[in-house]
Amino acid sequence: MIDLTTRYLGLELSSPVVASSSPLTGAPETAAALEEAGAAAIVMPSLFEEEIVHEELEMHHSLEQGAEQHLEASGYFPNLEDLPTVGDRYLATLESLKRRLSIPVIASLNASHPGGWVSYARLLEDAGADALELNVYRVAADPDRTAHELEQDDLEIVASVRSSVRIPLAVKLSPYYTAMAAFARQVVDAGADGLVLFNRFYQPDVDLETLEVVPRIELSRPWELRLPLRWLAILRPQLGTGTSLAATSGVHSGYDVVKALMVGADVAMVTSALLQHGAGHLHSIVAGLRTWMAEHDYTSVDQLRGSATQATAGDPATFERANYVAALHSWTTPAHLLAGHHRGSRRSPA
Amino acid sequence: MTAVDPSPLETRPSRRTRWACIDGNEAAARVAYPLSEVIALYPITPASPMGEHCDDWAAAGRPNLWGVVPDVVEMQSEGGAAGALHGALQQGALATTFTSSQGLLLMIPNMFKIAGELTPAVIHVAARTVATHALSIFGDHSDVMHARATGWAMLGAGSVQEAHDLALVAHAATLRSRVPFLHFFDGFRTSHEISKIQLLDDEDLAALIREDDVAAFRRRGLSPEAPVVRGTAQNPDVFFQAREAANPFHDAVPAIVQEVMDELAERTGRRYSLVEYHGAPDADRVVVLMGSAVGAAQETVDCLLEQGERVGVLQVRLFQPFPAQALVAALPPTVRSIAVLDRTKEPGAVGEPLYLSVVAALAEAMDVDAPPFARVPRVIGGRYGLSSKEVTPSMLKPVFDELARERPKRHVTVGIYDDVTHLSLPIDEDFRVPRPAGEVQAVFIGLGADGTVGANKSSIKIIGERTDRFAQGYFVYDSKKSGSVTVSHLRFGPEPIRATYLIDQADLVACHQFGLLERMKVVELARPGATLLLNSPYCPDEVWDHLPRTVQQGILDKGLELWVVDAYAVAEQVGMGNRINTVMQPCFFQLSGVLPPEDAIAEIKASVERTYGRRGRSVVERNFAAIDASLAALHRVEVPGEVTSDLTFHHELPPDAPDFVRQVTAALLAGEGDRLPVSALPVDGTFPSGTAKYEKRAIATHIPIWDPEICIDCAKCAIACPHAAIRMKVFPEAVAAASPEWFPTKPFRSKDLADHHLTIQVAPDDCTGCGVCVDVCPAKSKSELGRKAINMEPALEHRDAERPRWEHFQTIEPLDRSLLPHSSIKGSQVLEPLFEFSGACAGCGETPYLKLLTQLFGDRILVANATGCSSIYGANLPTTPWSVDADGRGPAWANSLFEDNAEFGLGMRLGVDAQRAMAEALLERLAPHVGDELVRALLDNPQEDEAQIAEQRRLVAALTERLRDVPADLAEDARRLAATARNLVRQGVWLVGGDGWAYDIGFGGLDHVLSSGRNVNVLVLDTEVYSNTGGQASKATQRGAVAKFAAAGKPTGKKDLGAIARAYGNVYVAQIALGANEVQATKALLEADAWPGPSLVIAYSTCIAHGIDMSTSMSHQKDAVRSGYWPLYRFQPGDDDGVPFNLDSKAPSIPVRDFVAGETRFAVLRRTHPERAQHLQHLLQADVDERWRYYEQLAAVARSVPDLTETEVEVSGDGALGPRDEGEEP
Repeated sequence: MIDLTTRYLGLELSSPVVASSSPLTGAPETAAALEEAGAAAIVMPSLFEEEIVHEELEMHHSLEQGAEQHLEASGYFPNLEDLPTVGDRYLATLESLKRRLSIPVIASLNASHPGGWVSYARLLEDAGADALELNVYRVAADPDRTAHELEQDDLEIVASVRSSVRIPLAVKLSPYYTAMAAFARQVVDAGADGLVLFNRFYQPDVDLETLEVVPRIELSRPWELRLPLRWLAILRPQLGTGTSLAATSGVHSGYDVVKALMVGADVAMVTSALLQHGAGHLHSIVAGLRTWMAEHDYTSVDQLRGSATQATAGDPATFERANYVAALHSWTTPAHLLAGHHRGSRRSPA
Repeated sequence: MTAVDPSPLETRPSRRTRWACIDGNEAAARVAYPLSEVIALYPITPASPMGEHCDDWAAAGRPNLWGVVPDVVEMQSEGGAAGALHGALQQGALATTFTSSQGLLLMIPNMFKIAGELTPAVIHVAARTVATHALSIFGDHSDVMHARATGWAMLGAGSVQEAHDLALVAHAATLRSRVPFLHFFDGFRTSHEISKIQLLDDEDLAALIREDDVAAFRRRGLSPEAPVVRGTAQNPDVFFQAREAANPFHDAVPAIVQEVMDELAERTGRRYSLVEYHGAPDADRVVVLMGSAVGAAQETVDCLLEQGERVGVLQVRLFQPFPAQALVAALPPTVRSIAVLDRTKEPGAVGEPLYLSVVAALAEAMDVDAPPFARVPRVIGGRYGLSSKEVTPSMLKPVFDELARERPKRHVTVGIYDDVTHLSLPIDEDFRVPRPAGEVQAVFIGLGADGTVGANKSSIKIIGERTDRFAQGYFVYDSKKSGSVTVSHLRFGPEPIRATYLIDQADLVACHQFGLLERMKVVELARPGATLLLNSPYCPDEVWDHLPRTVQQGILDKGLELWVVDAYAVAEQVGMGNRINTVMQPCFFQLSGVLPPEDAIAEIKASVERTYGRRGRSVVERNFAAIDASLAALHRVEVPGEVTSDLTFHHELPPDAPDFVRQVTAALLAGEGDRLPVSALPVDGTFPSGTAKYEKRAIATHIPIWDPEICIDCAKCAIACPHAAIRMKVFPEAVAAASPEWFPTKPFRSKDLADHHLTIQVAPDDCTGCGVCVDVCPAKSKSELGRKAINMEPALEHRDAERPRWEHFQTIEPLDRSLLPHSSIKGSQVLEPLFEFSGACAGCGETPYLKLLTQLFGDRILVANATGCSSIYGANLPTTPWSVDADGRGPAWANSLFEDNAEFGLGMRLGVDAQRAMAEALLERLAPHVGDELVRALLDNPQEDEAQIAEQRRLVAALTERLRDVPADLAEDARRLAATARNLVRQGVWLVGGDGWAYDIGFGGLDHVLSSGRNVNVLVLDTEVYSNTGGQASKATQRGAVAKFAAAGKPTGKKDLGAIARAYGNVYVAQIALGANEVQATKALLEADAWPGPSLVIAYSTCIAHGIDMSTSMSHQKDAVRSGYWPLYRFQPGDDDGVPFNLDSKAPSIPVRDFVAGETRFAVLRRTHPERAQHLQHLLQADVDERWRYYEQLAAVARSVPDLTETEVEVSGDGALGPRDEGEEP
């Protein structure tokens, strides 16, 4: 019997496969299907403070449009006694997920100003979230603000939320920090119980027909897992076992989960593969994990976790610059340039 | 001073009282709602808010006095509401309705029935002018006076408190007396005045409404358990006696009303009587009147009493049954002369109704053995206050002066200058009533869009409800829907406020828009030594030099204290955009001193929390930030000792403006309309066209600027512009070459026209800045994707350059109308619009259709316009956007009513056809003299295109010439022909109106007119909601949309009006959306015009009531069509086996969800009722799918109309315009 249980943010999970933020985790029906398919926990889609503010202001503007402007019409809409906002709806969804599911529900929050983080975090805790994932993300486009200042802002957010809620706290980071290892430690020192590596973002694209700049997001590809793999491998020994780590970006199969666990993750989070193949795909990911472990005689996730970190992989440089040199060599191998060669046939650089 | 009766409010009751600052509508509705089980409604200004309050309360589940939520039902017209009221009453259900003006007139047939059946009911009326030579939404008693004969008791309230209290008196007295009650108060002055009043509570209501009366009423209700018949037809033998049988019930009313009033006084301390005298017990002169003017009259009397005069005022509260004895008894026995003032006019009558009643009452009273007066008092009658004309002490004091004269005028008018029949009394400008000690008067001038009115309503509530001061607010708006100016008049004081007129001696004047200093009277409203607060973009050191000269002079002359705040900067800084309400509000409190500053700030914040709390924290927090930042930005200005400015007022008219515009329109534009004498006004309501261009409101902060380098000549900007403020002209190269170098042009790309240039020009002072043109512009800069061929730029930076360009643009000859095909966008947009610069909302979805209509055939159409938005932006004084071309031709426009527009338009058609038939007959008769050739040419010209129509005009001119010298024996015929010959030129009759008219109130008439086969064209501007009265649901409202009277989303689908019209077979029907497909829309209008029978064009019209960004008003329509929400089609009847139904849009390519997601009217339901929203959206999608499936099948169905030709020839009298060749056999 293979033991798939793991601990993440102090939560006992039945497996290391967690369904991450997506429309699937934001509706009770699909979330129930994920649970059915074997998700050990779900992370709800992020509650964006900007979205709340935007919606509140837009709705306000829209209801006020034309109000008190003409003698015959003091306004154009009935007087609505109650007008729930995005935040209210999010909390309602969270409550209904908690009623419906038995697995932990992790709420996710992206606020735009310090007060917003704390107040919404409290609301999410009160609504029954088992844990909270802070999605700290911004585009550092202000030329007057240095990396240090921005990092300090993030750390303050983490500290202030930590001091205002009791539930476990994860921080989802982007890979774009100059000194990731140092920053990761500071985030943990500020009170994070765990780190989620890494964020993926909407990026601008140009629509060549309409000649407009449009935001787009592509589903992840399995190769994208490499970046979190490196940093999990580096951070796991540095942060020790007291800090939870989650791998996200490019987790598509049971094998990807195995890799994530090996470099030190406590859980692997899946999104794109589920959006592509449906909630039921989660079942095959768990099955793939189980099969691999059986084939390789692993009996528990504990055994697997951290077996290939920078500290345990034998050659620490693999996860640092030397690895880059090897990779370049592999790309210059002429074999894969020959016609008819499938991408998958490329030799691994390892 | 002589003893004065205490006003009701001064009698403080001992028990706990609740105070509130509400308006008269709410005051009445707060009583009507809990005392009703059925509330049947139809919106009409100014009564609509009463129904809307009831709808809001019912939607929130608020129970009535008996614990049940009243059934609030919107009907299709006031006639329908009265019918539903009548029916509910027949069942013994407590029922009410609210109305005004024409609405009350539509209820009158049922009112006769309800009274004739002695059925308790109350109608609450915000009394409003009945339309005569013009529509007026304002207040007078011409509507209620029309209900005199119905047998309803009539109870008139004079203040907001009275509207509240007398509402209860009416409900209680009707149950006791069985006589139905019409409870009325003055439209706007009372219905919309916010005043601090004492509220009745449920116990008060329960105490006065006797359950025995209710039970008796229920017992009389129809029931199959004890059946009766009611509403029989009676014959000469008994009808008369039966009418007289009810006399005792009517006779009992006055005593019952007084009984209820006495019970009310016992509970509340507020004592009322049927008629109430106020003044000297030994007065020799008394004014009698009713309604809101009583407050002003009481102030006048009090002031005159102070001066030792013996005068008084008698307020009539119960008008029907007329309390003659009570009235005589209430008059001081010393009275020698009486002026009875009526707020209505009955042309040709001996006098107006109140006058006649008083005269009769006195005559009867004196014809007894012991008459009450030593000598019959002399009675004169006066009219005042029509259409909310101000009535002030300055106007009322001369009435007392007149009464003092040896031989006063028998009939007078008050408040105007009548230089025609010389009835008016002079206005005593020097007579002013001193304001009570401690009262603060403040006037605020702002724009509708900046939140000034909302802020002032909040201030009134703060002061009225959180302090022991009394408060009053009255709000004046201009007639525009975009860029409208609002003036708020606020009074606060330690005593109840009786002044029922505008403030002209304010302690504080605040101008919230710096630009209005050039257009509005501002300093004129301040008393000497007052405070003037300006929202100024200029800092305290610089502001003086930016003030107009007259403003500077006024500040110096009156010694005003000047303060400035840059409210827009503060609002911008805290993310409030252009809403400066919470910036200006703290400044008002700071300067007025009505509350300590820190208390004021706390109260304003609490008010924001109450008002906006449910809209979300961010809304509240931004307002808080604005409040916090406001006072720091408030600065006192050191006023220099001298006038330095050269800036003048902005009312200059071009030198070639017509005399009428210079003498009359200019006065209206300058806000001087009140001063115009009677002789200045047209006697029959006829006004010149084309006057909107003289307004030059310059309301846009950003205007579109053309970049010829990028332009691709598509003309979409011009066709989409709702205000005709962006224009296209095409002209020969030589014209371009001769233009100044600062006038940009570019070569015109067209396969139809070579060697021409094009220009796109904004009318910089007429543009509203809505941004629609830029939104629809498809041409983008190759090097800068965000830049288009037109771009919104700051008006301040561009106006000076664009003004001469616009002037020059107007001098360029329009292109010959026959050079480009009118069905293309370019082809229609080189045609001159004869509908321009309307005051419609910025981005209005209706006006582009009207503009296009006038471009296509404006020089030969008659427009019958239903009452609604289009009649308001179309013809609300001071100006009209309906315009004329260089030859003086243009659309001839008229509005009759809301409900009868189809019939009205049909009548126009009949009138044209009758005169044309006569002209044709005369032509035949006079042919030997005017020439056979000319006659044949006139009669045979098919007039199918521009050239033929031009030819017909030429022929008519030639005919007119030849008619000058006919032999004497034919002179009579020649004169007749000359008078009717203009009807030989083809004229189109367009029936224009909104969905409220076409789908609801006017549907019966519209259906009949469509069935007539006559050549009328109907254009329905379908906003899917009653736009003009503020967004009430109509039968055009789509399923799932939130509207007033459909707060939880309309549960039923939209009526397919086109399907009903198509069912006739011979009606041309089109459904269009200009923003989605300009060519299809244009084609439909052209085909409708060409079709010799009836045509119906249903035009999708975006509206602010949809809750969309109105800059996307046009482009948004694309998604309406793409989703199948609004399919485009044209149904062209024919007599062959063709397929008449052309489906012009493609199969839906996006779900309806995607379209409605961007509209607040749908989106809001997802917030308030998520599950219901989902359900209704599912049904809406099913509606759309099913309609599409049906239409697709229709698009393959062959159909013919067997008697089509017969119909054309016989009925339209216009066979030459038929789609078939002449002479073809049917």
